[in-house]
Amino acid sequence: MDYGNVELKKIANKIRHDIIEMVYGANSGHPGGSLSITDILTVLYFKEMNIDPEEPDDPGRDRLVMSKGHASPGLYATLAERGFFPTSLLSGFRKLSSKLEGHVHRGVPGVETSTGSLGQGLGIGVGMALAGKLDHRDYRVYVILGDGEIEEGNVWESMMAGSKYKLSHLIAILDKNRVQLDGFTDDIMPMGNIRAKAESFGWNVIEINGHNYDEIVSAIESAKAYAGGPTFIIANTVKGKGVSYMENTAKYHGSPPASREEYEKAISELDMELIQ
Amino acid sequence: MTAESLRDAYGNTLVDLGKAHNDLVVLDADLSSSTRTSVFGKAFPERFFNMGISEQSMVTTAAGLALSGKKVFASTFAVFLTRTYEQLRQSICYNNLDVKFVVTHAGLTVGEDGATHQIVEDVGIMSGLPNMHVVVPGDSIETASVMHYLYEKTKTPFYVRLSREKFEVVNDRGYEFRLGKGVTLKDGSDITILAYGAMINFSLKAADILKAKGIDARVINMSSIKPIDRDMVIKAARETGRVVTAEEHSIYNGLGSRVAEIISEGYPVPLRRVGMKDNFGKSGKAWELFDYFHMTADDIAKASEECFRVEKYENIP
Repeated sequence: MDYGNVELKKIANKIRHDIIEMVYGANSGHPGGSLSITDILTVLYFKEMNIDPEEPDDPGRDRLVMSKGHASPGLYATLAERGFFPTSLLSGFRKLSSKLEGHVHRGVPGVETSTGSLGQGLGIGVGMALAGKLDHRDYRVYVILGDGEIEEGNVWESMMAGSKYKLSHLIAILDKNRVQLDGFTDDIMPMGNIRAKAESFGWNVIEINGHNYDEIVSAIESAKAYAGGPTFIIANTVKGKGVSYMENTAKYHGSPPASREEYEKAISELDMELIQ
Repeated sequence: MTAESLRDAYGNTLVDLGKAHNDLVVLDADLSSSTRTSVFGKAFPERFFNMGISEQSMVTTAAGLALSGKKVFASTFAVFLTRTYEQLRQSICYNNLDVKFVVTHAGLTVGEDGATHQIVEDVGIMSGLPNMHVVVPGDSIETASVMHYLYEKTKTPFYVRLSREKFEVVNDRGYEFRLGKGVTLKDGSDITILAYGAMINFSLKAADILKAKGIDARVINMSSIKPIDRDMVIKAARETGRVVTAEEHSIYNGLGSRVAEIISEGYPVPLRRVGMKDNFGKSGKAWELFDYFHMTADDIAKASEECFRVEKYENIP
């Protein structure tokens, strides 16, 4: 697919609408960290990734592991908009009759692995990339990590493994929205210089604005071209991006719009964004 | 009888399987020379991944390999795998992946290394995980057979528990493991001893002690802990009227607890459980620890005799 930035922006806006509808409909869920990665997911699924919704099990497909599994509204909405399943099913999010589990669930078409408990996805990506190497396949493995999530030790164990095995087809993308459930990451558990940490673990590091399509595309292209080992893209993002009262706050990490008025304000702001 | 290493049987069988199957990959966490996966690593270096002292990394990487179509065997010491409980729960069992965890140095038989390494809770921990299967081979022959069974007949998560020590060979050379089936090693009509792993040999010796006292004991190898052979347990309770369990593990959440559940719901008879109580192990020679913690053939025989002093359930008004 070769969408330009205008089309990508329209798709991302539609996904953000879906996210708000899903968490409002379920009266629960995680909008903040879904809205922060929407632009990245849009570029991956509508421009960069080699995937075919008609052939979700093609062994040569690119893989995406949503390690921060609470961003299920963002991933489910993106997969539905990309055609893996009908968008009408999104309203079942978090409901007993639906496969759309509260956290990312492998039973949903297009989902590669279940996630939810943090810190496990990068290791899964390491395993997928190792298998690709063994099978002489050219697919890429993308792993989306949260910046709160990288407080988990499992992440750094897997950073060592990705580097040891020079997994050039493994691309981790850090959603650096600076906010975790209890507050700002710098207050809860400061991670210091993440770029220096990732570089010292032997990864190729690229830092971008995670809402700028040109920068996202260029970082992914550069990661694909790098043959020396795995790439770690630090994407500076805004938690709750696109809904003013959800931006840069922990309040909407795991809470839906609190009222009909908040819901309508979110939808109207997203509608306005398209007109601008 | 001769004693043989279960670990050697594991490593050698891995190599046999690796020769026949290209999709088999093996992971370890810096214990490959002890777990014997190093034998596979030497034979197939490109399919062997030493993840370092990083068990969480080993388990999640195993998940990624299995999600990409590989059949994965992963090894470390039993005690160290339990630190990855949540990785096992979410990445392996919830995904229901084809990963076989074959752990060694389980239980008291790790001996001198002491309490920190003598895990006696693992069977309970692993049995509680949905989709996980739990098998404890009783000797080298059963170990090799279990490995073939796992590779050839299963696609789901397994926990296979091995010891550091050599065990007396109790199975015939042609023995074939069957999941969910107990194996009667000695028939008997007065009491049934259900055992696995190191306790099988003690149980057979206990049967000899009991025989001298006129008690005809049945001994069953319960190597398949999950799924367990419920029918065989009920049949034993019905036919012999008394049951003893023996395990190199805590009596809580192990075979003893499982059998207590089965017979109390299905056919209540007197029951005694031999194994570790709610406590940690201790440094010492492997086999002298069984004396120290009252888990020898004599202890199994004593527990068996106790069952005869208990009123049968159906006689209690």
